[in-house]
Amino acid sequence: MSALTDLTLAEAARLLAAKKVSATELTQAHVDAIEALASLNAFIVTTPERALADAKRADGRIAAGEAGPLEGIPLAIKDLFCTAGIQTTAASRILGGFVPPYESTVSANLWRDGAVCLGKTNLDEFAMGSSNTTSAYGNVVNPWKRRGDNRDLVPGGSSGGSAAAVAARLCLGATATDTGGSIRQPAAFTGTVGIKPTYGRCSRWGIVAFASSLDQAGPMARTVEDCAILLRSMAGHDPKDSTSADIAVPDFAAALGHGVKGLRIGVPKEYRLEGLSPEIAALWEQGIAWLKEAGCTIHEIGLPHAKYALPAYYIVAPAEASSNLARYDGVRFGLRVPGDSLDAQYEATRGEGFGAEVRRRIMIGTYVLSAGYYDAYYLKAQKVRALIARDFDVAWESVDAILTPATPNAAFAIGENQDDPVTMYLNDIFTVTANLAGLPGIAVPAGLDASGLPLGLQVIGRAFDEETVFRVGRAIEQAAGFTAMPQLRAGA
Amino acid sequence: MTYTLEGTTGTWEVVVGLEVHAQVISQSKLFSGAATAFGAEPNTQVSFVDAAFPGMLPVINGECVAQAVRTGLGLNAQINLESRFDRKNYFYADLPAGYQISQYQHPIVGTGVVTIDLADGTTKEIGITRLHLEQDAGKSLHDQHPTKSYIDLNRAGVALMEIVSEPDIRSPEEAGAYLTKLRQILRYLGTCDGNMEEGSMRADVNVSVRKAGEAYRTRCEVKNVNSIRFVMQAVEAEARRQIAVWEEGGEVAQETRLFDSARGTTRSMRSKEHAHDYRYFPDPDLLPLVLDAGWVESLKAKLPELPDAKAARFMRDYGLPAYDARVLVAEQATADFYEAVAIGRDAKLAANWMMGDFFAALNRTGRTIADSPVSAANLGKLIDLIADATINGRIAKEVFEAMVETGDDPTAIVDAKGLRQVTDTGAIDAAVAEVLARNADKVAEYRSGKDKLFGFFVGQVMKAMAGKGNPALVNDVLRKQLG
Repeated sequence: MSALTDLTLAEAARLLAAKKVSATELTQAHVDAIEALASLNAFIVTTPERALADAKRADGRIAAGEAGPLEGIPLAIKDLFCTAGIQTTAASRILGGFVPPYESTVSANLWRDGAVCLGKTNLDEFAMGSSNTTSAYGNVVNPWKRRGDNRDLVPGGSSGGSAAAVAARLCLGATATDTGGSIRQPAAFTGTVGIKPTYGRCSRWGIVAFASSLDQAGPMARTVEDCAILLRSMAGHDPKDSTSADIAVPDFAAALGHGVKGLRIGVPKEYRLEGLSPEIAALWEQGIAWLKEAGCTIHEIGLPHAKYALPAYYIVAPAEASSNLARYDGVRFGLRVPGDSLDAQYEATRGEGFGAEVRRRIMIGTYVLSAGYYDAYYLKAQKVRALIARDFDVAWESVDAILTPATPNAAFAIGENQDDPVTMYLNDIFTVTANLAGLPGIAVPAGLDASGLPLGLQVIGRAFDEETVFRVGRAIEQAAGFTAMPQLRAGA
Repeated sequence: MTYTLEGTTGTWEVVVGLEVHAQVISQSKLFSGAATAFGAEPNTQVSFVDAAFPGMLPVINGECVAQAVRTGLGLNAQINLESRFDRKNYFYADLPAGYQISQYQHPIVGTGVVTIDLADGTTKEIGITRLHLEQDAGKSLHDQHPTKSYIDLNRAGVALMEIVSEPDIRSPEEAGAYLTKLRQILRYLGTCDGNMEEGSMRADVNVSVRKAGEAYRTRCEVKNVNSIRFVMQAVEAEARRQIAVWEEGGEVAQETRLFDSARGTTRSMRSKEHAHDYRYFPDPDLLPLVLDAGWVESLKAKLPELPDAKAARFMRDYGLPAYDARVLVAEQATADFYEAVAIGRDAKLAANWMMGDFFAALNRTGRTIADSPVSAANLGKLIDLIADATINGRIAKEVFEAMVETGDDPTAIVDAKGLRQVTDTGAIDAAVAEVLARNADKVAEYRSGKDKLFGFFVGQVMKAMAGKGNPALVNDVLRKQLG
């Protein structure tokens, strides 16, 4: 059993195609693993019957020679993607009992290509958080432990359930979403690979919205190649999402073979933050050295407005969220807490339905959009955003990709960083710029910290040039030879 | 002629601007594929987008955009090739998303102008500030349950055009004339049916008063007035109220009011919500709306002839007076009907028939142009029968009534009833001779200078001929015989 759950997605696909493994046994191994490691709380809903039915159908199609590119591959879906007939909660009480009658475009694309649905993974409520502790369904436990310390660590967030499930070998890959770092930070915290594609690459239709101008779906898996395979299925133009790009989806995995020789890699000097941990700084230097050895040239670049990215992000994202979450009012779906008047019903429903972090961001967002503050906050933040995008445009004149740390630190313990929201928000410091500029960014595991926890490097690329991002990510992956495994995993 | 109101402190001028919400004629809603037909069972025309389900996204309906552009062109307005959609945030049970998608800072249509026609025959230009596209909300039904409100989302998401005028209107009459002309233009364009009873056109009326030469004083907005007559009444009622407030030494507070049509007064809207801060911001689910100049040109090329242009053409081509032209172009169908009657005939005679007996018959029978019992072809034939002297004007009225009754061809009616006019001079000679013989005393009076009696003789002769005598010939013969 451990052998099947340890396979990469690409290996499993080859074995399935060669009929050396059946989708049913592969799926059963993952269903068993999910059950065995339920203590991770990685899933809000598991769908073993659906998974085995999907697998049976996949075996039939493989036998008939009609297999899709993901035929029989067991995947987990972040519970922010609406799944027809399967409860979708966004990890919020306010969506309690909500079963969508429709399927998100991204998940529908995966089922179209033959993937098997294992269930819905846990997340920070409405994808707001960096620790997965804001979920109404309880926190997710990181499969990794500090050496000699049995305390539970956070898997990162908001896609913590997907990250933990991938790391613990509960699935071969998972969908995730990234608004300010929600794919890349948990990937870094769990020693997995996650890519936030270019804004517009994947349809947002059917994904519960957090901040519409920043939200983007992407895959998490254990290798760069696996992410490349998954993204090809997830991506594509969708007329139902006006912001989805009508641009052809390349064969990302095929690009991996092109290597990185001659690529110009930018290293932004502004990212050498004051107080950057020596471990992270060393990892970054290591990454630079690896890419140099692989034939890249290294160039120091300036992203002069990057230092304003985090505050700008924490204005734009809550502003959009405060509006996007207005629909959860108890009138048409989800939780309703009755009141004597319409206003009383709103207050009771939203007061009980939303957790503290969501309420905080709705209040921040409402404030920054309100009369008299709009210009000082929202408008200013949009200007900063435009300047950040311009910084990158300038950078692309001299480099092909940018290398940065993925996070300022490794996974922290549950309960740490809880006192001050700003400390928590700092987790996004290296990732938010890519969201604000709409650029693709990948997090790849590159080493371990002194306590044995994984650390990741981030590669940012040009808009719609995920191919280069994957190539550089693959070069880091190969050079790092990251083989460490989490303590809590299937078969361990 | 300036409209003013007399107060105790002197003469007041009224300043009015109108915001008209016009429901766009389209098969589906502004951002969803749900149908827009009026009168369907509640909540049967609602998509998941309209109901703001999680993860649903708006996609702009190109036909609604085209309709807004056509309307802008019809209002002689600037078409903005780039516009933007914003979210207007507020909570209400019939607003599913908690925001209305509207155009706040960058509307699709900019400044334009509408020429209104006033009763004294003059015209006036009313400026258009802007036209923007927005979603309608659903409907709250408060009378279906003792404690709860019911929500019908059929209307939620239907496209509206908000057409904002400059504060150029100075009287109830001008307000009425503006709405009348605006509705005419929308109907000609086919962009809004202008049906105020069904709510597909509603007006918010901004009213203030001032003394001559003053700057604008504080205005109040009278919301959702749903007929032209009520708008005119609301202007006067609100103006009188404000004058009273000012003259009593008070201060008019800027507020939203409602028009109570039963009492003919306005009253402050007891806001079911609190002071709104709509927190407008660009809708991140939608890209800026960018129009191709060539596409706008192609819509312009296909615009129908609008009422003002049509009236000018009727005056020029058919020699109609302004009043006639205006009446005949009020509705596209009337204008088309008129042209079908008038072309190749005496256009003024055709206009007289339309505006006289024809409209009267429609009124009397409760019919419209569309289901008129008298077709344009038949009314044309009737005029032909007059022109070629088959019947005279008096008989024509009788034939017309028969046409209203039966819908028959006038020629057939004339033949069936034997109404052809008599042009045989022998018969007329005989009838005249008989009338003169019977009225020898009147003949003597006439000959001694009482010219007015000529009309009497004409009447007698026509009567003797059962109305069928050719009037010109009867006149000729009478003159000859009376010497």
